[in-house]
Amino acid sequence: MLNINNITVRYGQLTAVRGVTIKVAQGESVCVVGPNGAGKTTTLLTVSGVLTPAEGTVEFDGGAVTGINPENIARLGISHVPEGRHVFGLLTVEENLKIGTAMRRDRSGVAADIEKVLEYFPRLRERLKQPAGKLSGGEQQMLVIGRALLTRPKLITVDEPSLGLAPKIVDQVYEILERLRQEEGVTLLIVEQSTKRALDHAERLYVLRSGMVQLEGRTADLSAADVERAYFGFDEHAATA
Amino acid sequence: MIALGQNLIDALALGSLYALAALGIGLIFGVLRLINFAHGDFITVGAYSLIIPSTQVMAQEMLGALPWPLLILAVTIVVIVLALLSELIVFRPLRAASAATLMIASFALGFVIQYTLLLFYSGRPKAFGLWPELTQVVEFIGLRVPLLQLLTIAVTLVLLGGLVGFLRYTAYGVQMRAAAEDFRMARLLGVKANRVIAMAFGLSGFLAAVISLLFVTQRGIVAVDMGTPLMLFAFVATVVGGMGSLVGAVVGGYAVGILSVALQVALPVDLRAFRDAFVFLAIIIILLFRPSGIVKVKAVVERV
Repeated sequence: MLNINNITVRYGQLTAVRGVTIKVAQGESVCVVGPNGAGKTTTLLTVSGVLTPAEGTVEFDGGAVTGINPENIARLGISHVPEGRHVFGLLTVEENLKIGTAMRRDRSGVAADIEKVLEYFPRLRERLKQPAGKLSGGEQQMLVIGRALLTRPKLITVDEPSLGLAPKIVDQVYEILERLRQEEGVTLLIVEQSTKRALDHAERLYVLRSGMVQLEGRTADLSAADVERAYFGFDEHAATA
Repeated sequence: MIALGQNLIDALALGSLYALAALGIGLIFGVLRLINFAHGDFITVGAYSLIIPSTQVMAQEMLGALPWPLLILAVTIVVIVLALLSELIVFRPLRAASAATLMIASFALGFVIQYTLLLFYSGRPKAFGLWPELTQVVEFIGLRVPLLQLLTIAVTLVLLGGLVGFLRYTAYGVQMRAAAEDFRMARLLGVKANRVIAMAFGLSGFLAAVISLLFVTQRGIVAVDMGTPLMLFAFVATVVGGMGSLVGAVVGGYAVGILSVALQVALPVDLRAFRDAFVFLAIIIILLFRPSGIVKVKAVVERV
């Protein structure tokens, strides 16, 4: 469904991602883990059209999407939930949700989908008329995922859903993401810092460090030690010690 | 008492013009972080569209010859088209540039507009009486005030109400507010950047056209640099009100208008010629105490 082919992404002189290849199949749940500065966020921003790769291509649903602007990528069915939640704080919860339907014309479908999102996230229903800026961090995370869902995406990419949230809330977020995958058929590509969460929740994972893929595989086949070694890059030290 | 009432209406009418101009600046600043210094020149173009391009001393009617509903429509269209073309030709190619670059580009655009008018109309201000019947003085709750002032205040209130309704209750309005807060996130949700920005320019042009008509009616004159002082005061109003807040733009517009009229009344006769200096002194004092303006906005630096 999503093929990231050998992309290299630069910010001016700085190369953030070098030759990364990631593939996600329809209905899959894939995690990208890695330390700070590994190029995880850059990779997702390239998929969603905010950044354009210097080399390589991104394909979605069999067509090239490299260089297409973010609003049109969203129209093709990729919804990106960026790091740090990004609710529109001055808008009400309801208005935030409606922004997710900006590109849709089917009014009845929109109403039904908003209702469905509110069933997934009952807390949002209580706060529909409140400014989104007044929500707690966990509620904001629910809101941005619900809002992303209203674009009717085939693929949702989530950047660090656990950032700044209590562990219990993080569990809820992952639980809902998994339900969305099973009940709504949404494919998931999630960036995560915690290897444990990635191993627990994803079917496959990629370890990114220094802008390159260090390890990839099915979570069932990988041990925590393998993943951590790739994550921290201790190979060389182990060999010389 | 009567003098106070009349001064108050004076202040509200002037404040209304500033508020409308400040909103025109604020709408574009909201989505693009561009301080459009050509806004005053949009107003000027609206005024000049009333008369035929010529270097003659006497103004001859062009759009000014139309019956009033058509006249309003035609001038509005002229200024909106100008605003949209400015966006398309000047600001769209510069969208990724820094805020400073955009601002300088807007200065350049302003000069191009002014000198184009100079070329076609000559630099001499021209007398042009638009709707002279509106300048008559009428009795209003015991006060004798020019009808135009009441009309200016009423038109402004209607436009403010309309704008609030648009921003709050229409899908495009909500998208515009979202884009003003976090443009990248709005785009990630499928909000079309070009459309939202064009809409901001269109609305800004519409407000500029209304000011053109009110201003020409009031002054009875068109001049190449007539928009400049309006733009200056409107810009100051957005800063005093709180850059990035539309409510702030309106509050700032009225604050500056009321301040100007109050100083006009309160200053000794010898000093009245220096009224604007006192206005700016007062503004410096306000900004010393509230550097981010009357209505504070969470600093938003991100653009498209």
